Amino acid sequence: MMHQPIAKHRPPLRKRLADASEPYLYSAPALVLIVAVMLVPLVLGISYAFRDIQLLNPFSGGFIGLDHFRALGQDQAFFGALRNTLWWTGASVLLQFTFGLILALLLDKPFYGRGLVQALVFLPWAVPSFLAGLNWAWLFNPVIGPLPHWLYALGLLDAPHNILSDPNLAMWGPIVANVWWGIPFFAITLLAALQAIPRDLYEAAAIDGAGPVQRFLSITLPFLAPTIAITVLLRTVWISNFADLIVVMTNGGPADRTQIVASYIFTQAFKRLDFGYASAIALVLLVLLLVYSMLIVLLRQTMLNKG
Amino acid sequence: MRSGKLLLTGAHRLAILVYVVFALFPLFWLLKVSVTPNDLLYSEGVRMWPSRTTFEHFQFVIAHSAFPTFFKNSLIVSGATAVVVTILASLSGYALSRFTFRAKYWIVALMLITQMFPLVMLVAPIFKMLSPLGLTNSLTGLVIVYSAFNVPFATFLMQSFFDGIPKDLEEAAMIDGATQFVAFRQIILPLTLPGIAATLGFVFTAAWSELLFALMLISGNDAATFPVGLLTFVSKFSVDFGQMMAAGVLALIPACLFFLLIQRYLVQGLTAGAVKG
Amino acid sequence: MASIDIESVRKSYGPFPVLHGVDLTIRDGEFIVLVGPSGCGKSTLLRMIAGLEEVTSGEIRISGNRVNDLAPKDRDIAMVFQSYALYPHMSVADNMSYSLRLRKTAKEKIASAVGSAATKLGLDPLLERRPKALSGGQRQRVAMGRAIVRQPKAFLFDEPLSNLDARLREQMRAEIKKLHADLKATSIYVTHDQIEAMTLADRIVAMHGGVVQQVGTPLELYDTPANLFVAGFIGSPGMNFLEGRYVVTGEGAGIRLSDGTVVPVARRTGIGPDAAVTLGIRPEHVVISDSGMLEAGVELVEPTGFGIILHLSLHGLPFKIFTLDREALSAGPKVRVDFPQKHLHVFDEKGNRVD
Ligand SMILES: Nc1ncnc2c1ncn2[C@@H]1O[C@H](COP(=O)(O)OP(=O)(O)OP(=O)(O)O)[C@@H](O)[C@H]1O
Ligand SMILES: [Mg+2]
Repeated sequence: MMHQPIAKHRPPLRKRLADASEPYLYSAPALVLIVAVMLVPLVLGISYAFRDIQLLNPFSGGFIGLDHFRALGQDQAFFGALRNTLWWTGASVLLQFTFGLILALLLDKPFYGRGLVQALVFLPWAVPSFLAGLNWAWLFNPVIGPLPHWLYALGLLDAPHNILSDPNLAMWGPIVANVWWGIPFFAITLLAALQAIPRDLYEAAAIDGAGPVQRFLSITLPFLAPTIAITVLLRTVWISNFADLIVVMTNGGPADRTQIVASYIFTQAFKRLDFGYASAIALVLLVLLLVYSMLIVLLRQTMLNKG
Repeated sequence: MRSGKLLLTGAHRLAILVYVVFALFPLFWLLKVSVTPNDLLYSEGVRMWPSRTTFEHFQFVIAHSAFPTFFKNSLIVSGATAVVVTILASLSGYALSRFTFRAKYWIVALMLITQMFPLVMLVAPIFKMLSPLGLTNSLTGLVIVYSAFNVPFATFLMQSFFDGIPKDLEEAAMIDGATQFVAFRQIILPLTLPGIAATLGFVFTAAWSELLFALMLISGNDAATFPVGLLTFVSKFSVDFGQMMAAGVLALIPACLFFLLIQRYLVQGLTAGAVKG
Repeated sequence: MASIDIESVRKSYGPFPVLHGVDLTIRDGEFIVLVGPSGCGKSTLLRMIAGLEEVTSGEIRISGNRVNDLAPKDRDIAMVFQSYALYPHMSVADNMSYSLRLRKTAKEKIASAVGSAATKLGLDPLLERRPKALSGGQRQRVAMGRAIVRQPKAFLFDEPLSNLDARLREQMRAEIKKLHADLKATSIYVTHDQIEAMTLADRIVAMHGGVVQQVGTPLELYDTPANLFVAGFIGSPGMNFLEGRYVVTGEGAGIRLSDGTVVPVARRTGIGPDAAVTLGIRPEHVVISDSGMLEAGVELVEPTGFGIILHLSLHGLPFKIFTLDREALSAGPKVRVDFPQKHLHVFDEKGNRVD
């Protein structure tokens, strides 16, 4: 037998090029669109954060370095908005998730008319967000909506007034609207994940003597965990950027008690027309969300490695 | 034991009823306001159903406002966006699902990061970029912008559907004589139909609701979409709530119809892939 | 039909080598069976022949033409997957005709090809059904049908029967054998099933750890295994092994076991006296006799219906006997056994056969 040094086999250049470029060809159209319509404007938008851009001031536009960020450090309204964002995002995600999970579990059981019920409870998702906001603002208005009267009757309010104008309660208005609007998203994705769990697992666990709670903890939750992680991550990011309901229902008031960072940015940009400052705030929000996402991804990674 | 089971079933149905009521009550209120005559709007504001109902708001909205134009524009924009996004996301989702390549993680990171930036901040740069191209004040411009916004999530969604389809099938097709692209088109895509329906639905409803860019990129009624049109009720008719809610009810119809049509596939489709992440 | 040549083919996934240089020549019309433990690279080799996996180095030729850089679709081979990989959204007929439709074959030709394949496999009444509405055995047939309608140069099978129950497997095995006699197509067949390997193969390729251990007819592998791995892998229950030293006695040679007993064997060349060796004997070749030279304790008696497996302990090591003799059922606490010389296998320290 002849022994030749084994040269690593190289296919012809054309084939190698074709093979290597295939995934890029598939993703190119989407990428081109995202880069052109989102990334480039995003970079431009970030550059505004370091410039003085005021729409009504023709002499603005100059490069001012970190001035906006220095101002931001002194801006009490911003820190208030940051606290409100935490509150708004945390409560919305938690409630949407909890009720979405319960709804998914309820719908996972077969019963007569399930298809119809499923269609009905998912309907809020199809309602345009600002219409949802308007509608909920109506419902909270004691003159034209029933909610304050019901809350009063239940003893939750000491008078049937509009909670949207009560500084201590106002945030609950948009949160309730957001929960109503967002439950279907969680329910749909969690229901899909639930239905993908092999049924015989439950049967095996039942035979092993696990009760319903144990079955939920030892089978359902671990199976749902990846879905939960990714949906909670995405929803958190979305909701903290989601100002529609707040702008429509309270416009940040009363006394800035419902002002979140996203609505504050909106106010800065479109009411005060200070795009530079608004961009600086947006950049800070972006960094915070990035840090948060990385924490979640890391957490998930360590969980996966342990499991 | 038996009565315990009955109790559980009862609790289950009751809980479902609570959810249905919670989901539908605000929509019911929308409908109620839209059929309440103007003179009763405030005097019977908190009654569950007005003592007199009227369809004049609907008549006005359909016959005497620009609403039909808004409606048509919205239908075109949302439909086109849904189709464009679903096509692009199918391709890119397939790439993420089936290939390992160097830039994969960068692409995922890019798509995630674009979700984190407040869209408000993109308004000015996008306006500056589109206006020399003549794409402001045009439905095409809106479709392009909405497509870009929705492609990342739709890509992740489609990827999870593709992940649920065994790779064997493409390999069998490739051995049968197909190129990878033919296998994708003829074997894999037909199997992701529920997933495609789900993606279409998500994107359609998202585009249907979008207000900010519709407001900023469009001036004038000709290319305005329905959410913008709803706002015009505020200024033009000194907040005619009845008409506004009637328009709102009308605007809900296509979104709801579409949603009802695809919701069956939604869960079924997501089940096939399950959003495993 | 075609010959397939595989020349020093290697495969690595990233830095991990999976195949360490495989050489194999498959003749036109031959039925080759690949066997080996899980993870030894059988599927990888098959998929490289199909073009589903890149070849890291080496060369694959079909009918003498190098195919390394050809896409699967241009290799003109068919493959039957373990999962069958039927297209769920197509009827049985459409599944079978897909490859011909891709090649833009004339309608009448497709119809006749599908028709004759369906008849051959007994699928005629099922042609309009979707795969979902078929039993496992029927799906398997459709997968076969999809492969044969195109009359490809070669067939590749990756454990095609492993999802079927024993009886169906037996039946399909016979059908595959008939089909091969009929079509005479070059075939490569991966299996874990000994009987499938022995009955179907013209030649068996035994693989282990990404290296081909032995290539030969089923009986060659059974009678003269090239090394300890093949000896232990082929045959069921597996061959017994005893450690010992090769000794040359006056009239012949023998293996001295740990207790000092010398088992006589024919003289071997290529091995020196006192070399450490392994003695191998198949359970079915051990003879139970009262005058046997070794004594072993009986641990377990397993009747299989066809025969009886005795699990023994010989010098404290497990040892098996297979016999057709029903008397073995009542074998006492101890039995005496003999090893007929012509059935003994000797392997050197490296595990290679010495004759
Ligand atoms: N895509 C891959 N990436 C990394 N390693 C792989 C990949 N595919 C297979 N391997 C490894 O290559 C080796 C051979 O795999 P292969 O599937 O060929 O085994 P096999 O002999 O067919 O086993 P089985 O009998 O279980 O099917 C295994 O160790 C496996 O872990
Ligand atoms: Mg294998």
